[in-house]
Amino acid sequence: MSTTTEDRPAPVAEKRSGGVTAAASNYLDERTSISAVVKEFGRKVFPDHWSFLLGEVALYSFVVILLSGTFLTFFFQASMVEVEYDGSYVPLKGVEMSAAMASSLDISFDIRGGLLMRQIHHWAALLFVAAIGLHMMRIFFTGAFRKPREINWVIGFVLFILAMAEGFTGYSLPDDLLSGNGLRIIDGMVKGIPLVGTWISFLLFGGEFPGTAIVGRLYTLHILLLPALVLLFIALHLVFVVVHKHTQFGGPGKTQQNVVGYPVMPVYAAKAGGFFFIVFGVIAFLASFFTINPIWNYGPYDPSPVSAGTQPDWYIGFADGALRLIPPHLEFVLLDRTWSFNIIIPLAALGLFIVLALIYPFIEAWITGDKREHHILDRPRNAATRTAIGAAGLTFYAGLWAAASSDIIATHFMVTMEGVIHTLQAVVIVGPFIAYFLTKRICLALQKKDREIVLHGYESGRIIRLPGGEYIEKHEPIDEYQRWKLVSYHDYKPLMIRPNSRGKISVGQKARASLSRWFFEDRIAPPSRGEIEASHGDH
Amino acid sequence: MFRTSRKAGSRKAGRRSPLASVSLIALGLMLSGGAYALVSSSTAVADTASTATQATVEEGEKLFQANCATCHGLDLQGSDAGPTLIGAGEASVDFQVGTGRMPLQANGAQAPEKPVQFTEEQISALAQYVGSVAPGPAIPEDQYLDAEGDASRGAELFRVNCAMCHNVAGAGGALTEGKYAPALTGVTPTHIYEAMVTGPQNMPVFNDANLTPEDKRDIITALKFQENAVSVGGHPLGSLGPVAEGLFLWIAGMGIIVALTVWITARSN
Repeated sequence: MSTTTEDRPAPVAEKRSGGVTAAASNYLDERTSISAVVKEFGRKVFPDHWSFLLGEVALYSFVVILLSGTFLTFFFQASMVEVEYDGSYVPLKGVEMSAAMASSLDISFDIRGGLLMRQIHHWAALLFVAAIGLHMMRIFFTGAFRKPREINWVIGFVLFILAMAEGFTGYSLPDDLLSGNGLRIIDGMVKGIPLVGTWISFLLFGGEFPGTAIVGRLYTLHILLLPALVLLFIALHLVFVVVHKHTQFGGPGKTQQNVVGYPVMPVYAAKAGGFFFIVFGVIAFLASFFTINPIWNYGPYDPSPVSAGTQPDWYIGFADGALRLIPPHLEFVLLDRTWSFNIIIPLAALGLFIVLALIYPFIEAWITGDKREHHILDRPRNAATRTAIGAAGLTFYAGLWAAASSDIIATHFMVTMEGVIHTLQAVVIVGPFIAYFLTKRICLALQKKDREIVLHGYESGRIIRLPGGEYIEKHEPIDEYQRWKLVSYHDYKPLMIRPNSRGKISVGQKARASLSRWFFEDRIAPPSRGEIEASHGDH
Repeated sequence: MFRTSRKAGSRKAGRRSPLASVSLIALGLMLSGGAYALVSSSTAVADTASTATQATVEEGEKLFQANCATCHGLDLQGSDAGPTLIGAGEASVDFQVGTGRMPLQANGAQAPEKPVQFTEEQISALAQYVGSVAPGPAIPEDQYLDAEGDASRGAELFRVNCAMCHNVAGAGGALTEGKYAPALTGVTPTHIYEAMVTGPQNMPVFNDANLTPEDKRDIITALKFQENAVSVGGHPLGSLGPVAEGLFLWIAGMGIIVALTVWITARSN
């Protein structure tokens, strides 16, 4: 790139001809050696595909969250001191509430631009987690987590959990009825943990729920510890993106050794910079025209009222849904302790789900025995079993997620609450299996179609009558570029069982081999060069 | 678009109009005023003896026999299909028939609100007939329906007594076995008051010892304030809380974002 050569330090003795820009960059470079950085980063290449921008959406949403959140800290009082509200919102005038709630109302009604900032902050938070979710799905279904990027998947997953923690602590800060109800549910979940639950709850709330400490504590987490951790993990995440270089989809000219795309300077930087403002604009649009979390409707928190239709923000929905789906009567007293299995089971199930998703790259690597580096992404259909596992996991998650809105589904679709709950219980338990088999079959069918197209060409729509009276449809061979896309993927075979150094086949080996067989069963081999060449005369 | 409530969008839009509150109150006043003109101006339960009222009661009896007696019995004694109406009172009839819940269209978990089947006079006649058989909760007095009480007290009472079923924003909520607490937007003050004193469908009764008429007036005030207030944050998304917000974010917000990512990465040709 010409950009990088311009930035090279010119010898001091040389006659300056570049004007102010050259002089300024030279001045900077002589003092900071920044040209090395510009050379390294300015020439980094990012491939172009829309799904590669989802992580950026998350990053930009986070920047918006930081900016709007800073504004909110100027006016928010993280205190549970009882005050009498005396702001502009008439239906709450004179009502006793915490200083946190009163200051949130002041932000909404009495501080110029406050409500817009609150709504920007909240919409950006929802978008942040949603963008992370979509980004993770893209990574998963294209196999971008494979060697050497397993660690970065884990870092990203930790970011996802941190984002949820950020969201939940923020949701609880205004101390309105909705956030108080949400905290009460968390308190109940914590107390349901055997032996230590009650202690943890008292530690968290500084005594019996709700106490007078929790808002201040959550505030510290929300604006200090969690953002610092998020920033740290984002930095790590990006360092690894630079170290590993970006993945790309297979195609003509794209190999495991190169990255095809635009360099950062100037094209990509301009695009990315512009994209930040686009994301900011979308968030500002949502915040300007659509209400989010109207705390004045909910009123101050008071442990006695619980509103119908109390739900968490969407990203905590799966946990709320798990609590709604668990059957009743699972609680009993044993050894002078109450064992709340209606809490322990959802907690354990969700914990297991999260851990499995977190370590999935290592599980898959162990099953496939694949130790190669991968910089070319899989098309989801070409990794049928992984795609099917992903679909099963998503179905499980989606069932739990939908359950968090079971009451709204019941009222708005005029069905019974029990019907919704039982249906979603079935979705959560049976649904993943159905999704697995359906997805796997669809993937294999698509692979077969690709193979058919490569070997026999596509249907041209031209019907030809042969001299003998027979009608045939002319199949045209596809062009080389398209064919490359369809055939350039690796074929995998199940692992062989091999005896270890002592000549024995361990149980672990057997398990691994059978898992590997399961992972690769029914696979469709990509057409070989010989097959492609042999097929050409056919039609 | 995301407000898939049972009520048509046009009704919703109508309520947004600045004249809605005025016409709503006017309607409520006319409704109750009309009923009063037929009875007496002071008390509602008594005074069934005057000749004009006697005629109305007889008219109501005929209507009742034609439309209600199949289930509620010719002498209001009730049957397997419907409860007795002895002691149900005018307020109950005015609510059930005045909101279209009665006559029942089909057996189900709960009688849904539907287009009203009778005129104001007919409803009033029916109410007076039922009230004449045995006394019950009367049609509320105007002074409690003006929606000019203490909104903040009313909102607090609403949160403590009503929000667990009707939602803090009055958006309604689900109950068990297909029953539900309906949304409270667009309900007249008279009907809100009558619902509180009579406990229709699955709703508990909030009698005057439980919530004084003044309390009820405050609750109505809070509900009407909320209904008529301009939504300061923009479109309220049905006041359904985080589910509506999350759905909107994923469909509209994420939809726009993904469309833009596709646009950004599209080749320049």
